[in-house]
This record gives sequence, structure tokens and C-alpha cells, in this order.
Amino acid sequence: MSELTQLRDEAQAAIAQASDLQSLDQVRVNFLGKSGVISSKMKTLGSLPPEERKTVGADLNRLKGEVAKAIESSKAALELAALNARLQEEVIDVTAPVRAENEGSIHPISQVIDEVVAIFAKQGFVVEQGPEIEDDFHNFTALNIPESHPARQMHDTFYFPEDDEGNRKLLRTHTSSVQIRAMKDKKPPFRMICPGRTYRCDSDITHSPMFHQIEGLFIDKNIHMGHLKGCLTEFVQTFFGIDEVPVRFRPSFFPFTEPSAEMDIGYVREKGEFKLGKGKDGSHDWMEILGCGMVHPNVLKNVGIDPEDYQGFAFGVGIERIAMLKYGIADLRTFFEGDVRWLKHYGF
Amino acid sequence: MKFTLSWLKEYLETDANLDKISQTLTAIGLEVEEIIDRREELAPFTVAEVLEAEQHPNADRLRVCKVNNGSEILQIVCGAPNARAGIKVALASVGVEIPTNGLKIKKSKIRDIESCGMLCSADELGIGSDAAGIIELPEDAVVGQPFASFVGADDPLIEIAITPNRGDCLGVYGIARDLAAAGLGTLKSEGVTTEEFQEVLDDGTFASDITVSIENAPKCSFFIGRTIKNVKNGESPEWLKRRLESVGLRPISALVDITNYITMCFGRPSHVYDAGKLTGNLVVRDAKDGEEIAALDDKNYSLKEGMTVIADDKGPVAIGGIIGGAETGCEAETTDIFLEVALFDAIATAQTGRLLQIDSDARYRFERGVAASTLKHFMTITRLINEICGGDNSTPVVAGSIPMERRSLEFDLGSIKQKLGVDITREEVEKFLTSLGFELEDKGDQLLVKIPSWRPDVAIAEDIVEEVARLYGYDNIPTVMLDKNIGDGQALSAEIAKLYQIKQSLAARGMREVTSYSFMPRKHAELFAEDVTLVELANPISQDLSTMRPSILPNLIAAISSNAARGYADLALFEVGPIFHGDTPDAQFRVASGVRVGGAHAKDHYGDVRKVDVFDVKADALAVLSDYVKVDNLRVSREVPSYYHPGRSGALCLGKNAVAYFGELHPAVAKQLDIGMDVMCFEVYVHKAPAPKAKKSAARAKLELSNYQAVARDFAFLVDEKTEVADILASVQKVDRNLIREVLLFDVYQGKGVEEGKKSVAINITLQAQDRTLVDADIEAIASKVIANVEKATGGVLRG
Repeated sequence: MSELTQLRDEAQAAIAQASDLQSLDQVRVNFLGKSGVISSKMKTLGSLPPEERKTVGADLNRLKGEVAKAIESSKAALELAALNARLQEEVIDVTAPVRAENEGSIHPISQVIDEVVAIFAKQGFVVEQGPEIEDDFHNFTALNIPESHPARQMHDTFYFPEDDEGNRKLLRTHTSSVQIRAMKDKKPPFRMICPGRTYRCDSDITHSPMFHQIEGLFIDKNIHMGHLKGCLTEFVQTFFGIDEVPVRFRPSFFPFTEPSAEMDIGYVREKGEFKLGKGKDGSHDWMEILGCGMVHPNVLKNVGIDPEDYQGFAFGVGIERIAMLKYGIADLRTFFEGDVRWLKHYGF
Repeated sequence: MKFTLSWLKEYLETDANLDKISQTLTAIGLEVEEIIDRREELAPFTVAEVLEAEQHPNADRLRVCKVNNGSEILQIVCGAPNARAGIKVALASVGVEIPTNGLKIKKSKIRDIESCGMLCSADELGIGSDAAGIIELPEDAVVGQPFASFVGADDPLIEIAITPNRGDCLGVYGIARDLAAAGLGTLKSEGVTTEEFQEVLDDGTFASDITVSIENAPKCSFFIGRTIKNVKNGESPEWLKRRLESVGLRPISALVDITNYITMCFGRPSHVYDAGKLTGNLVVRDAKDGEEIAALDDKNYSLKEGMTVIADDKGPVAIGGIIGGAETGCEAETTDIFLEVALFDAIATAQTGRLLQIDSDARYRFERGVAASTLKHFMTITRLINEICGGDNSTPVVAGSIPMERRSLEFDLGSIKQKLGVDITREEVEKFLTSLGFELEDKGDQLLVKIPSWRPDVAIAEDIVEEVARLYGYDNIPTVMLDKNIGDGQALSAEIAKLYQIKQSLAARGMREVTSYSFMPRKHAELFAEDVTLVELANPISQDLSTMRPSILPNLIAAISSNAARGYADLALFEVGPIFHGDTPDAQFRVASGVRVGGAHAKDHYGDVRKVDVFDVKADALAVLSDYVKVDNLRVSREVPSYYHPGRSGALCLGKNAVAYFGELHPAVAKQLDIGMDVMCFEVYVHKAPAPKAKKSAARAKLELSNYQAVARDFAFLVDEKTEVADILASVQKVDRNLIREVLLFDVYQGKGVEEGKKSVAINITLQAQDRTLVDADIEAIASKVIANVEKATGGVLRG
């Protein structure tokens, strides 16, 4: 066996024995390093006869290449093994839950007001706001509800104690008071909606002493009842997302509108499930959804607008009511309880 | 307003079925609330006659009856104590279902005796409350016929909601008139003899020995009365009792029942006094303060000046338009009566009724306006009394004057199209109005419309439009969609849009929005009312909701408590809503408030959960304010309201104005609110932040990024422990606003190695020039200025 063959065998054995990258690198140093076995052999080439120098040199170079290659491939194998071993190690239980974070939410009342506003915004309405502790003029008188009008009893009003001049303020019973303030300050035409808190002193399963309304008003030269029907039909269909929801308008009474109407929408109970719209057979019942009407000329006069020049319609929607219908919330009182389980379930 | 179908048909000739009537009522504004129609359900129950009733051989309480159902004789075992031979009864034959309990009658053996049916009680059939015995039908009941008609149970009950403007429909006749006008049939006559004033005045055979005068017109504008002698009071005839019972009224005596009946028929209240109990003549006058009356509702009322009474020589005998007095009321033995038919003012009646809290049928009608056609009803009541109770009529006594003048208005036919957007022919308009009792006079393009006395609600052209519209049908008015290209689609002012935005910001920070009442218990409000005038309701729904909230925090803390009681104690809640620091518009403003308690998040397996602290809520407040101002412009002060922990709280100020507070709830307040947790709170007074500019340019300042190397240097200063880090940071920032890009606080340390009363504050400064790479000399220059500035501002020295 020639010396080189023996060297090759030794190198191969050493490479095979190197079980990790560090020992493999030691093998590389031992054989290929500056003072490694093969390099040392190279250095002795000069002492060989020229004939021999040539062949031995070529053999040595070949050997050097072979060893280098073998080391490379062993290195690759070892690296792969090391990576595999590491990956074996690095297994975690990804079924574990993520880091806990607080989950925020928006209250359904905010959400619904937002949705309603967006629908009326498309019809050119703008939002107005006003105070909640109101005076008699803005809440009642200007709206054609004089003292001792039976309609005042329809509004179970929260009052504040009388002041020295015998005036008493009140909590607004509707957001129409905001319309009065806005109409006094600005010039027609108007398209406004007024969302906000309203108050009636009434509390039971279907009444809350505080609730929310959106009242709308459209005053221009030639706005008639057909427009009222169109505007509110559009609203109801868009809000509930039902194109074919049946709607009807029927006569009613509000002191601040004449003619007055209530709007009903169709619903069905199928197998105990409540659903807006028609039943499978096309039949349905009616439920009241909002009040509306053509603005009473006295209301316009009270804010300095000539009812000969301007007319229009107004409407009022209960936010909780439409929120309950749309999102299937059963109990009015739960809106105000702040129960986090409820907020999580019904929030947005 | 309740009435029955047969009652309606007294005044309305119609072929329409109940369904059609119901739909029409709603369509013309008389909204149907409920219909109770038991005809179908009760149809299988027939009249039968008990022929024999023998003691059951095996049971003391049972009887074995032989019952004739018209076609055969049935044997029926019955437990009712009144089961006896000769009575007519309601029979449930085999196969019939009992409506109240769903029981189906089967042929069965009861204690060994066969029973083929059941004799029913009123309770079982749901037509009355008597469960003790079986129904005994009137003798004229026809065996084999459905029994319901003999007790009035075949008459559907209709309940409608009457809007406050439609006093005319608080009588069945008015409802019939509206239905006839809507094309549902023909209105029948009211059946009155006369309403000619002179004829009425001449009616009667002797002069009344009681006269009437009015002292407080116009609260009472007209009074017509008469004495009727030798009447026989007692139980009303069956038809009258049944009619009243059918709408839930309790029959009392014929005279009282007649007045109640006329109220229900024509919406016309009246009153009968026992003439024998009256002393002297009657006067309608203002009550005197403190005058008392025992009323027919068995209550005593203390009257106030301004209320209307009818009084005799001894004092008040009735509260005008509201209720009669007990002492002068009719009784079974009454023989001589005085009948009152009067017109009381709507507003005065409403005020008195409200003050005395009496809800009577009379008040309900007078405050909605009773038709001025008084004479007609006076005569109708007289005739009915004579018919049922007999009696001799005096000639009427009158006081005041009937409002004879009929109101009218000129109506422009063009306003129909103008208000409704639809053309309705003149013929149709005239037909609608005439059928409602309006009298019309042709004035070219105008109509002179004379308004009937029973419609005090109609006063202006729009009222006429509504009358036309409701008979034309709201559903027939064409729907017109609004032009959607009007306006810019921006419904929200910048200010309101911000409120939406801050809700989103807080929700994104893991907080849940709540909506809580605007009122709270006074004792809670007081804790949060430093320098605030509390606004208190005069008529709160309860003492717990008596005071307008001066802060949202107590409500949020209450929500924390109730959630914690359910086991949810890591909470972050917020509300953006109104608070009240007075009752003027300026003193009501919106705040964004929030609370955090417990862990910063839920427990998990990644390590210990950090407890929430002051800096969480400081961050919340800053998040809200960042929607309004540059956070760098805010200064932190320690001047906070008294409900914050003085050492662990702060105010965020713009100049001198605090725009937000944050910190831990004062432990004493927490104790008062009974909350056993450290509560972190914030309140942002968004109205104090600069108003967002409506048309601010969206463009941001030019961004200039340096391409040169940034270098960072750390400094640790030894300062007095009371020194506030904000002062250190500000003094560093001031050194060179161009080169110093960022100043970060990264450590505050007290303890070993730092002398008592001092703290070590470590900061990291990033330096970068726009035009060059900084060299050591630059950095050294900045560093020494930093050290000098900090020393100057705070007395701090660089730690060796």
C-alpha cells in the first residue's frame, strides 16, 4: 500500500469518525491545515527527484481535493443532522393560547347611531347636537306643545326644581329640542339628524328612564309626504339590510307634525324565531318602528321660518329599539348595566 | 277605548267583516291594539237544559244529571253545587275542547257512573271569574243553540288606541262616523228627538226647583240640567248591564249606568245627583283653598283655588268635569234626581285632574275636548232615563251659553298636492270631508270649511290635509326617493367626528365601552363634586337616580363592582358621554372617562400578570388627547380633583388649563364607594382641548430624514428624590433641538449605592445631524451641555 493510499484511508476514517462539526474541523486542520499532514507532504515535494515530484505532486493535489470534498460533504451532512437535532429540540405546544390581551369593544348604541348616521349622511343629512338639560321652550312650547296640552302627559318628564322666577328646567324628552336650537341659529333649507340621550320618568321591562333617539328633520321649499315615505323607507331597508321588508305608514298624532304618521315594518315569527320581513308564504304582522310627519307650521313660526315658504318632514327613531330588532337583544335594561359578558357578546 | 262589534253596529250599517273593520280602523289612525274574538272557540258549546239532577250514589259532592241537548238526553256527572233540574246550562259535548285548559271532553266513568259531556263554569270558558258553579243561562236561551250569544260572549271586543287629538272617537258613535267616512258602511242616526234650543227649553212639565248659575266661565261655559221626579232606580236592564260589562265596566245602578253608557256611546260625560240630597241651588264656581269633597271613588280630596266645583249651599257636590261627590250621588232608593250636562274647559280640567291625580272617564274626555252639541245628548240621556226609570221631567235649567258659532277656515285645494305630493280630485276631497261632518262652501279654488263641533282638534289647513290623507290612505301616497347627490355626505362636524374617533382609540386600547345613566345617587355624586354645583331632579325615579352626574367615574366604578361580584375583576371600561356641572348649556359637556382595575390583562401562562397602574390610565388619557393635540405640548401638573389619590395622580395641561386627569382613585373615596380594589381612572375634558379645525389641510410637515450616522449616549444623574423626571427630560431636550433627536428615560433607581434622599435617573440620548457625521468633539460638546443643563435645572450631578 502506497503512502498516499494509506493517507487517504486515514483521512476517510477520520472524517467518518468525526461526529460533530468541531471534530470535523479538527480533521480538516489535521489534514488540510497549514501544518496538516497533506501540507507537510507538499512541503517535502521539493526534496523528491523531478520525475517523482511531478506525479507525487499530482497525487497529493488529488488527495487534497478528495479530502476537502469529503470534509465538505460530511460537514453538510453533520450540519443537516445538527439542524434536524435542533428542530427536534425546538418543538413547542402551539395549541397553547396566545398572550392575553384586553379586548376592547364599542357599545351597540354607539354602533347603531353610527350606522344610522351613515345612512342619512348619504341622503345629505348632517348631525346636530344640543344640551340635555333643556328649558320648557325648546322641549315643548316651540314644538307646539303648550302647557296643559294632553300631549305633555305622554311625555313623563323629569323636572328640576323651580328657580326664583318660577321657571323649571327639564331633561329633554326627545332630541327635537336640538332641532329647535339648530333652526333658530341657521337658515333653511335644513337636513339634520340629532342623535342623543333622552329621558322619561318611566321604568319597567320595556321602559328605561334614559334611552336614545335619533330625530331627523328635512325642511325645504317643496318637501312633501312622498319624500318622507321615500326617505324613511330607504332608511329602514338599508339599516336592516332587507330590500323587501314591508313598510306601511298610518295616521297618528304628534303635536309638532301635521299630518302625523307612524311607520310600521313587517315581521314574522317562524317556529318561535322572530324575523323582520315576510314569512315564507308572504304573510307577516306589523310592528311600529318610528313616528314621523310633516312639520307643523307653528313649529316653523316658533323658530322664525315662514311656513308659507318652507315645509318639510320630521321623524324620530328609538335607538335601543332598532338595535334590539337588528341585533336580537332581548332586554332594554341590559344596555345600561355594563355587564362585561353582555358588552363582549353584543359589542362591536 | 274598548267597544264590541255589536255596539259598533248599533251606529254603523255595514257588511264588512271584523278583519276589514280592524284594518280600516288602523289605516285611518284609530290603531287597533287588541281584538278578542271568541266566536269560533265558543261555537261548539251549546245551550242544554238540566232535566234531572240526582245525588251520585258513590260520591257526596257529585250529581248525576239528565241533560237535554236538543236532540237527545245525555247523562252527565257534575260536581257543581248549583246543578239542579230546570236550569239552562252551557254544555260541552264529547269531543269538545275546553278553551282555558285544552282538556278534551271524553265519554268516561266517574265513580262508576257514565258521563257523556260536561257542564261548564264561566271560569272554564274564560268568560267570567265564577269557578264555583256552572253557568246558568237566561230562561229564554234556546236549547241546542250556541250558548255564547245568550251571555254576550259572541260579541268580539275591539280595543283601539285613541291619539290625544281624537276626543271625538272616545265614543262608539264617533268611531262609526270615521269608519263610514272611510267607506265602510253607512252611519246610522243617533236617535235624538231634537236639538233645537227652544224645543229643548220647552220640554218638561214643571219648573225645576233647583237652578244653576256659573260663576267661573269660561272654565265652565254651559250647563243644562233638569230635575226628574219619581224615578225608579235599581238594577239596569240586562242589555245595558251586558253592554257595560262587555267593555269592562261594572254596572252600579240604572241611573249611573245610563250616564256611563252615554259616555261610552257619544263621548259625552254627564252626572246625576240625588236631588233629595242637594241643599238649595247649584253654582259652578272656583273651589276655595282647602275645601273638601268626598268623591264617588271613595276618596277625600282637598281642593285648591282655581279648580272648578259644582256646589250647593252646603259646599262642593262635584269636581267639574272629573268626578261627582259621594254624599249627593244616586242610590237604589233615590226617587228625585238632578241631571247635569255641562261643558268644562279642556285645559282647566286637565290641570285639576293632574293635581288631584284622578283618572276618570269624564276627565279623560273633557281634557281632549267634548263636542259642544250638548243639547242633543241632554235629550238623549233624559229619554233613556225615562225609558228605564220612568220619572217626570222638569223643564231644563240653563246657565252660560252654548258655543253656537261654528268655526270655519278657508282651505286652498292646492295645498293637498303641496303637502302630500299627490293629486286628489276635488270630488274626492269633498266627499271625504262631508262624510266626516264638515260643511263645505265653494269659493273657487278655495273651500270654506265649517268644522263640526266634535272636532276641536281641527284648526288649520294642515289638519284638513290630514283628514283627507287618512281617508285617501297614507299607503296610496306615492313614495319619492330623495336625491342622493345633495350635500357632501359628511354628516359629522369635525367635533362630533372626534368623539367617534376617541371611542375607537379607547376600544383599540382594550377597553370596553359602556353606556350608563346620566343620573346617580346624590351621595356618590357628592364625592365627585368639588367646585361643582350638583343638579338634582325634582321628580327622580328613585333616590338612587336623583342627581345628574358630575363625573362618569362613579357609574364606571359601580359597573366595576357589579362585574367583580360576578367574578370578573380584570376590567377596563370607558364611556364617552355627558356630565353636568350646572343646568345651563355651557355647564353640560362631554367627557371621555375610563377605569381600569386588576391585572393589565387576563392571566396567562407567559408569566406574572402586571397590575394596572397610573401609567396605564395616563396612556389612555394621552391616547384620547392625541386625537386633539400634540402630546408633546401637554404639561403634567399635580393639581387634581379631591377624588384622586394626591400622590398617584396628575393633570394633563395645555398652558394653564387642565384638559385631563388621571390617577388612582382616592382611597377614602374608594372606601365610600365600597370598592375594595385599587381603581385607576382617567377623565378627558374633550371640550377643553382645542376645537378641531373643520378644513385643516391634510398635508403633514415636510419629512427630512438624515442619512448620517446616529449616535446614542447614556447618562445617569444623581438627583434629589423629589425631582420630577419631566424636568430632567425637558432640560436635556432644550440643549440642542436640532441634534438631539430623542431622549429616553430608561432607569430610575433608589437603593444600594445611591445615598438616602437621592435617586439615580438614567437617560439615553440619540444624536444625529442633518448634514454630516458627528465627530467626537461634537458629541463631547453636547454631552457637557447636557450635564450642565441638568445640573442647572435640577441640581443633579452626573453619576461617577
